[in-house]
Amino acid sequence: MTFAYQTFVVFRRQLRMNLRNPAWVIIGMLQPVLYLLLFGPLLKPLVAQFGAVNAYTFFVPGLLVQLGIFGAMFAGFSLIGEWREGVVEAERVTPASRTALLLGRMSRDVLQLLTQALLLVGLGFAMGMRAPLRGVLLGVLLTLLIGSACAAASNAVALTAKSEEVMAPLMNLFLMPILLLSGILLPMTIGPAWLQRASDVIPVKHVVDAVRSSFAGDLATTAVLWGTVWTAVLFALALWWGTRVFRRENA
Amino acid sequence: MIHARGLVHTFSTRRGREKVDVPAVQGVDLDVAPGEIVAFLGPNGAGKTTTLRILTTLLRPTAGTARVAGFDVTTESVQVRQHIGYVSQSGSTSSVARAGDEVVDHGLLYGIDRAAAERRARELFAQLDLDGMWSRQPKSLSGGQRRRLDVAMGLIHDPALVFLDEPTSGLDPQARANLWSHIADLRDRRGTTVFLTTHYLDEADALSDRLIVIDHGRIVASDTAENLKAGVAGDLVHLEVSDLAKVQVAAQWLEALTGGSGVEVDATSVRGRVARAGTVIQGLMRELDRVGVTLTSIEVRPPTLDDVFLNLTGRSLRDDAAA
Repeated sequence: MTFAYQTFVVFRRQLRMNLRNPAWVIIGMLQPVLYLLLFGPLLKPLVAQFGAVNAYTFFVPGLLVQLGIFGAMFAGFSLIGEWREGVVEAERVTPASRTALLLGRMSRDVLQLLTQALLLVGLGFAMGMRAPLRGVLLGVLLTLLIGSACAAASNAVALTAKSEEVMAPLMNLFLMPILLLSGILLPMTIGPAWLQRASDVIPVKHVVDAVRSSFAGDLATTAVLWGTVWTAVLFALALWWGTRVFRRENA
Repeated sequence: MIHARGLVHTFSTRRGREKVDVPAVQGVDLDVAPGEIVAFLGPNGAGKTTTLRILTTLLRPTAGTARVAGFDVTTESVQVRQHIGYVSQSGSTSSVARAGDEVVDHGLLYGIDRAAAERRARELFAQLDLDGMWSRQPKSLSGGQRRRLDVAMGLIHDPALVFLDEPTSGLDPQARANLWSHIADLRDRRGTTVFLTTHYLDEADALSDRLIVIDHGRIVASDTAENLKAGVAGDLVHLEVSDLAKVQVAAQWLEALTGGSGVEVDATSVRGRVARAGTVIQGLMRELDRVGVTLTSIEVRPPTLDDVFLNLTGRSLRDDAAA
């Protein structure tokens, strides 16, 4: 009860500050919408070559995962600001659970992601996407989980680096191969064999495959299984890491 | 309220490929009684911050024990946190949140119910001259107001013991004096024990019942400002001699009064420490007059905390603050 309540207090505080300064939320939301509107039409004449039927059923899942990863990765930047203003330290001298301090912040990121995901899915449907409800639910759920994992990791990196100058290039270094090798924009199956092998080691690619497969209505595939396993593993690892950093003495 | 014995903390850092252990605190013993205001002084790098972080449960000691507010800092850290307030020098509120929300939320994290937290927060805003600041963003507050907001954050749960880390650094003289009166009030009105670190000796002198001085990771003094000053060998007597040729004569006469601590001569100025200078200065002047030494100025200064500090650590706190 107290743990849940502390998490809620941290969450509400974060949400209140976000709502007071919604510029970042809007910018974060604009990105996938622009991709959908401006890149989606380019895929239309090409989808037949991927073995897909509907360009948006193919593309929306990729964008969802991209949104989850990229949006959440920037959660850490606001934490650096809070750390610099002494907020993190002030919270750490209260008896509140350190995990609650992290989970409260992650909850804000998840809520933000959920709003963006619903918007994106809604827009996808409006543009002609076809997907079963069950598939959409599973896809969004996976997106939220991978998003929370990234938010936790991003917070962990933020409290370790404690500097935007260090964190920004680090994030770019990390996100670039993910964007290129996880099949978010185009499926890896149309690439040469070596590129496909390279993408196999990127866990996010399996998550994208799983979300894509569930949107296509194929819920009982190995792609969904692997993607779910990877999502669960990444979520557990990131949560453990984030909690460890929040507990650590000099954070 | 605080009982620390043999606190040790060693940081491991890398210097090149080698792993180096840097001892920050090397066996600190420290006692603070309930209701005391104690100033904790030390040059930069003396172990002040490390000790403070151990006592506030932010850092685990490598060795030694400390009981703070009746609980052990390592095994009962949650209880310690429940009973202490900590006002860090880096602040505690987000610049874009609302001042009142920040203080209430902080109270909720201490487990206070919402109505009580809000009531207490409003009370603190009134006490700390923050009326009308409830809905303001901390970024729009003055330095002094924002620091008082930090103090309100640290007091929301009515702690019996408050740690203040450099509470007035960066404040203008008026804001400092104002904060001093609030800090003194804490003890006088609520009986709160106050443990503060500071760079300003006048602050330590004006506010605290007792000073604890740390240097090279060890406590080198713990006493009242008066006793510490009395421990310095006498008042500083500073003579300016009008005739350069007579400086050595003046120096000999002054040296006879210093009890062997010697005098410093610099061009026409002669300085030395003389115990209870007021009782002998008249005789000195008479003698100097007799041997034909004319003075352009004479100054007698009782020992200051800076002298105490220089004596204890070989460094002046002022130099250190400027560095």
